[in-house]
Parts: sequence; C-alpha cells; structure tokens
Amino acid sequence: MDALSSGCTVKMGEGQNPLEAMADSTFSASDVLSDLPNDLLGEPPSAVFGDPLSNISKQESTSNPAKQSSKLPSDVPCDIFDPLHGTGMEPKDDGKNASLIDIVINPVTSAKDNLPVDDLLSQPEIDIPAKTKTEQPAELRSEERPKDEPLSVASSKPKKDLFEDSPEDLFSELPKTKAKTKPQMDLFGDSSPDLFMDAKAAADTGPGRNAPADLFSEESVATTTSKSAKSNISANSIVTANSKANGVHSDEEEQDIFAEATVELSLDSPHNNRKTLDTTKPSEPASSLSAAAGSSKAQAKTLEELEEEESEDKFELNISITNPEKVGDGMNAYMAYKVSTQTTLPMFRSKTFTVRRRFSDFLGLYEKLSEKHSQNGYIVPPPPEKSLLGMTKVKVGKDDPSSGEFVERRRASLERYLQRVVCHPSLLQDPDVREFLEREELPRAVNTQALSGAGFLKMINKATDAVSKMTIKMNESDVWFEEKLQEVESEDQQLRKLHAVVDSLVSHRKELSVNTAVFAKSVAMLGSSEDNTALSRALSQLAELEDKIEQLHQEQAGNDFFVFTELLADYIRLLGAVRGSFDQRMKSWQRWQDAQTTLQKKREAEAKLLWANKPDKLQQAKDEIAEWEGKVTQYEREFERVSATVRKEVIRFEKEKARDFKKQIIKYLESLLQSQQQLIKYWEAFLPEAKAIA
Amino acid sequence: MMQEGLDDGPDFLSEEDRGPRAVNVDLQTDGTLQVDISDALSERDKVKFTVHTKSTLPSFKQNEFSVVRQHEEFIWLHDSFVENEEYAGYIIPPAPPRPDFDASREKLQKLGEGEGSMTKEEFTKMKQELEAEYLAIFKKTVAMHEVFLCRVAAHPVLRKDLNFHVFLEYNQDLSVRGKNKKEKLEDFFKNVVKSADGVLVAGVKDVDDFFEHEKTFLLEYHNRVKDASAKSDRMIRSHKSAADDINRIASTLYTLGTQDSTDVCKFFLKVSELFEKTRKIEARVAADEDLKLADLLKYYLRESQAAKDLLYRRGRALVDYENANKALDKARAKNKDVLQAETTQQICCQKFEKISESAKQELIDFKTRRVAAFRKNLVELAELELKHAKGNLQLLQSCLGVLKGDT
Repeated sequence: MDALSSGCTVKMGEGQNPLEAMADSTFSASDVLSDLPNDLLGEPPSAVFGDPLSNISKQESTSNPAKQSSKLPSDVPCDIFDPLHGTGMEPKDDGKNASLIDIVINPVTSAKDNLPVDDLLSQPEIDIPAKTKTEQPAELRSEERPKDEPLSVASSKPKKDLFEDSPEDLFSELPKTKAKTKPQMDLFGDSSPDLFMDAKAAADTGPGRNAPADLFSEESVATTTSKSAKSNISANSIVTANSKANGVHSDEEEQDIFAEATVELSLDSPHNNRKTLDTTKPSEPASSLSAAAGSSKAQAKTLEELEEEESEDKFELNISITNPEKVGDGMNAYMAYKVSTQTTLPMFRSKTFTVRRRFSDFLGLYEKLSEKHSQNGYIVPPPPEKSLLGMTKVKVGKDDPSSGEFVERRRASLERYLQRVVCHPSLLQDPDVREFLEREELPRAVNTQALSGAGFLKMINKATDAVSKMTIKMNESDVWFEEKLQEVESEDQQLRKLHAVVDSLVSHRKELSVNTAVFAKSVAMLGSSEDNTALSRALSQLAELEDKIEQLHQEQAGNDFFVFTELLADYIRLLGAVRGSFDQRMKSWQRWQDAQTTLQKKREAEAKLLWANKPDKLQQAKDEIAEWEGKVTQYEREFERVSATVRKEVIRFEKEKARDFKKQIIKYLESLLQSQQQLIKYWEAFLPEAKAIA
Repeated sequence: MMQEGLDDGPDFLSEEDRGPRAVNVDLQTDGTLQVDISDALSERDKVKFTVHTKSTLPSFKQNEFSVVRQHEEFIWLHDSFVENEEYAGYIIPPAPPRPDFDASREKLQKLGEGEGSMTKEEFTKMKQELEAEYLAIFKKTVAMHEVFLCRVAAHPVLRKDLNFHVFLEYNQDLSVRGKNKKEKLEDFFKNVVKSADGVLVAGVKDVDDFFEHEKTFLLEYHNRVKDASAKSDRMIRSHKSAADDINRIASTLYTLGTQDSTDVCKFFLKVSELFEKTRKIEARVAADEDLKLADLLKYYLRESQAAKDLLYRRGRALVDYENANKALDKARAKNKDVLQAETTQQICCQKFEKISESAKQELIDFKTRRVAAFRKNLVELAELELKHAKGNLQLLQSCLGVLKGDT
C-alpha cells in the first residue's frame, strides 16, 4: 500500500512536470520572472497557502491524506520548508531583491531540467530547489504581484478549501516524491499514465469552462478529504486533478478576487498577519499580501487625494476661446479661434498666453491624446463633431444668423472640450496639451482634414468592435465594472432620450417665437383697422408686447440649446468615451486571456514532447513557454492597470458629471427665472393699457 | 372609461371657470330672461346640453325650467332666425361651432394602441393629458353654445321669438334633424349665389356714409380678425407643444433620477418635480391664451361675419330698391304697370329703410359689445398671464434655493 502510493506519487512527480507547469501557470503567469520554469516554483506557493490552512483550520483533513499517501510523514517536507521559510522571509522583508531572484532562478531551472532527465540528480538538489522555491514565492509576492494577493485573500475566505486543501495535499507530497527513490517509480510506471490522463482531463475541463471548474474543484476537494482516507491512489489522483483544476481555476478566478481583495484587504490583512505570527510558513504570502494591500490602499488613497487636489488646483488654469475668425476665402476658408490661457501652474512658461487654433487642430489634439491614453483606460474627452454642412454655410454664406449660431455653438463646445481636457490631471501633463496651448505654430493636423473619410473608417472600426464585443464573452467577475457598465449604458439611453426631448423643446420654442412674431404683426394690423381708438391702441400695445415675448422665447430657445442641449450632447459623447474605456479594459482582458490560452497550448505541447521523449525539441518548447509566461504576466498586469485606471476615471467622470449637471441646470433654471421676470414686467406694463379700453 | 371622464364635465363646468365663461359678449341682462347651460353630457357622437331658463316673462308657463337640447337644435334655431325676413335688419348671433372631439378621440385611440411601447407612468400621464384636452374642448363647446343663447336672450327683438321660446320651454325632442344631402347642396348653391351677389352688392356705392364706412371697416376687420385668429391658434399650438416637451423632459429626468440614489439623481428628481409643475403652468398659460385670446378672436370672426351678412342684406335691399326705382321710372315712362311698380318700389323702400334703421343701431351695438368684450378679455388675459408668470417665478425661485443649498 505504501509502496503503491509512493510509487504513484513518484510517477505523479514525473508526470507532473508538465502538469504542474500548467498548474503553475497560475502562479508563474503573473510572475515577473516568467522565465522560471515552474513546476517547482508553482508548488511552494501552494504549499505556503496550504500551510496556514493546515495549521489553522484543516489540519486534519490536509495532513491525513498526506500521511496516508506515503510512509514518509508530512513532517519531513514540512521540516524542509520551515527553515527555508525562515530564509524566504528575509528577502521578502528586505524588499524586492532582484539579485536574489536571479540566484534563485538558476538552481530552480537546473533542478527542473534535471528532474525528468535524471531522477538521481533531483535528490541531492532538492535542498536547493526547495530553498529557492520557498524563497521565490515570497520574493514574487513581495514583488509587484498584486495577483497573488487575491489568491491568498480568497484563500482565507470561503474559497479556502479550493485553494488550500488540495494544493496542500499535493505539495506536502511532492517534496516526498522527489525525495523518494526512483525504483518505486519504475514499479508503478503503469499507473502513472492513467493518473496523468485523469489529471489532464481535469485540466482540460478546467480552463474550458470556469463554472464547471469551480464545481469540479470544490467537489473534488470534498471527495479528496473523504476518499483520501480510503485509498491513496484515488486520493492522489483526485488531488492532482484537483490541484490542476484549481490551478487553472485560480487563474480565472484571480481577477474577481482581485476586486474583492482591494475592498476587503483591510479586513483580511490583520488576520493574515496574526497567522504570520502563529506560523512561520504562511507568513510570507500573508505579510507580503498585507503589505501589498497596505501599499495598494495607500496608493488608492493618494490617488483620491491627488484628485481632490486636482479639483482644487483647477482654478489655476483658465482657458477661454474667443474671437472666432474666418481665415481665407471660398472653400479653403476656415475658422480660427483664439485660445487664451491664464495659469499659475509652473509647468507653463508664462502666466498668460494666447494662440490661434483652427478646428482641425482641436481634432488633431484629440487624436493624439486618444492614441496615447485611451488604450490605458483613460476617458479622453471627445471633441465636437465635424459638421460639413455648418462649415460650408459659414464658408459660403455671408452673415446669416444660422451660420453665426453655428460658429458660436462650435466656439462654445470647443471651449468646453478644452476645459475638460485640462481638467484631467493626467491629460494636462501630456506634452501635446501643453504644446497645443503654448506653441505658436502647430504642425498642421493632417489626418483630420477629411474626417468624413476618417469617420467612415471609424465607423467600420466601430462595427468590427461591436462584432468583437459580441464575440468576446468577457467573464466579468468584477461586479463593480459590470454594474457601472450597465449604469453607463442605461444612462446613455436616458440622456439620448432627454436630448431628443430638449431638442424638440428648442425647436418648439423657436416655432413659438416665430408664431408669436407673426401673431404680433397680425394683431398690429387688427389694431390698425380697429376704429375704436382706445381698443386700437391697446391692440397695438398687445402687438408690441407679443413682439417682446417673441424675443423672450427666442432667447429662451437659445438658452435651452446652449445651456441644456449642448450639455446633454457633450455628455452623450463623453459617455461614448466612457464606454470606450470599458472596451479598452475588455480588450486588454482578452489579450491576457489569449496569451494564457497560448501558454496553455505551449505547455501541452511540452507535455507531449516530454511524453514522446524528445528532449531535443524540449528546450525550444521551454523557451516558448517562458516567453509566453512573460507575456501573460505582462498582459495581466496591463489588464490590472487598465482596470484600475478605468475605475479611477469613471469615478472622476462621475464627479465631474455631477458638478457639470448641477452647474448647468442651475444656470438653465436661472435663465428660465429671468425670462419669467421679464414676462411679468411686460404684462404688468400692458395691464393698464387693457384697462384703459373704453 | 372615457365616458366616465366626460361625465365629470359638468362638475368641471360648475367650478371657478363658470363665471368668466360667457366672456365674449357684454350683455345688459335685465333679469327678465336669463338663460344658461347648467349641465352637459357627452355621449359617443353627440353632446346633450341642459338649457336652464329663469324668466319673469308672461309667455312662459313657469318661472324656471330646464330642457335638454342638442347641437342640431341650436343650429335649427339659428337658421330659423336667418331665414326670418323680419330679422333681416339684425345681426343674427352666430351659431355655435359644431362640437369636434374627433381629433382628441383619435389621439386617445392612438394612445391606446401605443400602450405597449411606453412605461405605465408615461401612459397614465399621456392619458391624463388627453383627457384634460378633451375636457377643455368640451368646456369650450358648452361655452360657445351658451354664449349663443345668452346673446339671443339679451337681444331686444330676438328674445321674443317664438321659436326661441319653444326651444327653451318645450321639454320634448324638437325632432329637428340634420340637413340631408339635397338640402346641403341647396345651401351650397345658395352660398355661391350669395357670395357672388355679395361681390356685386359690395361694389355698389352706398348713399349713406355711415354704412359705407362700416362696409369698408367690416370687410377689412373681418379679414384681419380671421388672420389674427389663425395666427393665435398657431401660436397657442406651439406653446402647447413646448409645454408637452417640458412634460416629457420632466418624466425623462425622473427616470434618470430613479436610476440610483446618488446626489445627482436627487438633483434630477428635484428638477423633474419642478418641470412637472412648470409645465402645468405653461399648459395653463396656453389654455388661457386659447380661452381669452383665440376664442375672443374666433367669436368676433363669426360675429363680424354676421355683421357682414347684415350689410349684405341691407345692400341687397338697397339694390332691390334702386332697381325698383328704375323699374318705376321705366313704367312711368311707358305708362304701363305703374301701380304695380309703385307698390314694389314702396315695399323695397320700406324694407330698405327698416333694415337701415335697425342695422345702424345693430352695428353701433356691435362695436360697443366688441370693445367691451376685448377689454374684458384682454384684462383677464393680462391678469392670468401675470398670475402664471408669478407662479412660475416662485417655483423657480424656491427650487433654485433648494438646489443651491444642496450644492
């Protein structure tokens, strides 16, 4: 029985290399040191995770299978780990020691390489890899690996079983396996393929569907604890499968855990810290986690503070756009605007400066900003749309009121656009913005010139985006983003509706104004034909009154439009940008997922090579894996960065929105108030006239 | 459902608006004959008016009585006045316009069809609005009919008309029917002939300066009041659309405000509440302008038409008289049928003189009435406008106070 079980584990150990590699991907994926081939690497983290568990809650369940699976008591690996952890702790506490990692990498890789090839080799080396192993996770954790925090945090929460049980089983055994002799392996060589297959099957289902993976892993955990008492083989195989599933699963799980982690870290970290005190082993992830949590929290806080400061600082920069001027003649004519800046910010050369810019310059600025920032999840304020019709009117028409209105409308929206840009703390720092505000001559923005064509391209892009949006089924595990996106979408809908209604109010008000003018004329005529002098006089007074009211309606229509409609139009555009930033986040997520899938494939390929015993190609496969691991890590971090930015940006946007809406609506109501006051004045003047009719 | 809403009509009528309803005419009521419409009931395709009479005239059996009359019976009464040669010298009070609920009904039906496409709140709101619109039309219809009766009752001659008394007193159906096709066709031809004749007659230079002046005045006045009435209608319609827009803004803001419970949302709710109130006022402004201004103009459009008709009848009589004179001259010259020609000439002369005599008074009365009615309505309009604008102002002020306090 013992022999059998140990044989199994040995086989496992062998077969595990590829398998583990996969499982490890969960850990190593996010590693900076992704070159590290990982089976060894992967183990310790889980061992570390498992330990607190075994120490605190599930000591029995975890230790039992371990004990049963082999004669060698689990103490042995534990013993090995304990001192190691002591060492592992240090680097972590010391901070991020790149050199240490470097040192660590080499032995591990060598150990790893050696293991499959020569079992004998593994024995002496065990000490070193073990050390490195333990050190490394600590290192990794202390290094910028926010991803690990979620894991550990989650493990201290309901998911405990998932993450801790099985890995614990596995890893408590693994050292044994390596420490064990190889004859056993030979003896039970037959069983290994089965196990391998099992594990692989589990692994296959794991990444494919997340929910099933969850279920599976949970179930298997349950079975593990119960079955392990009965039979070692089954227990072992299940455990492996489980760990496999777990590894993959945790992979998927991470993002959502991350979200939780940021929120709940504060609660967990002290707890973890306490654990750290209780047991030496878990101290690594826990403390590093809490440290990371602390730092991330601190970061978040500083961001908040920054933001606050920003909104206060905002008054240091005033931008106004004035003097729209027609430059040139005919179809080559364009409008130039005076952009005046008043600032106390030290980043500018002087306190006040003025430049002349044309519309396409504004578009060019947007293009530049959006190219640089929107992929990072920033909400880049969109400029007003190009209007061929309006501009043509300006170009052709002399001084008709509609073109005047168009120019004023554009001027105002450009001003609002620029103000939004400089209000943005990150965009303000952009050299292009500074250049736009300061530099006398700006290189002509070319790509915007025929924006109708570009617009068409954009439309196509949007269409493909929409398609990919449909095909990408982002397994949104972050409730915050999910809810926000929904909120944004429904708000967009409502704002569009409101915009349409306010627009119709504007046109009805204009219509009313026109009709009032016509009526005023008609009443004047009626008054002139009235042969009662007093009544005739009153009627012409009424005509005058209606004329004034017409003016009032017209002004109000202007206010409806400039104060209310334009605000809504701006925010409909801005909400588009917000959605764009959500899309960027999703794209980045997709990139990460794709990289992960590729990595998975590479690992499977490696496993096959290993099985087929083709060592010549193995190195190449390993290199590829290392490369993809690097990519996965990079993309994952990118995704996290984008997520964090989007979140921050959305919060900022909402604040700004609330402020804007309040300000504008109050302004609008004030305009209404004023016109009512005028109305009262007018009618009060008319009343005696009406009474004077005799 | 609709029926119930409409049965409320009378209640609505008996409210505050009862007084200023008969605004269009300034009548010297002597108390001997007072007529009003105390109740009205809208059925599927007809409106039943309860005509209530209070009188001390001996020709009535009782002092106070009520009968139920329909629009067709009003028209019958009006036509009987027009056709009566005796009344040729008077401005016949214009007949009330036919109740027209079709547009309103259609809208309500459309609303029913579109029920699925809108939220329950929107639907209820729209329904209430349309019912209010229906009610307003109903109210106006009743007012127009009442004005007609009041005008007749106040007229020194017409009030004594037998048909009128029957109309007021006979408590059975008068069994008048709407005109059939043949009659309508006849009417149409009569109108064509009349207007062609009217042109002829109008071309005749009047001997009397007063009438000549009145003729030019009325022609011009009628056209202008017609124009003003159409323009005021358009103005009020766009005012109503604007009010509707404000209403929709209010409900959209409400939806926006109920999305969650953040600060902005509360803000939106507050603004929505404000708009909900201001749009009611705005709608009232439009309704009052309709009642005080458009209806006044419309009434004087019809009344000036009636005055024009009177002038036409007088002109016709004048032409007849002149023709009779010519015929008499001819007859005298030929010495043939002189007597007959003389009688015709005398009849024509008498008729013309009679018309001229009463017409002069009628036209003077018309002017007095007009001035008084305009005064009354314009003063009321100004007062209502002021009231609404002040209400609006107050709402805006208090809302702004709250909003600014919040931010």
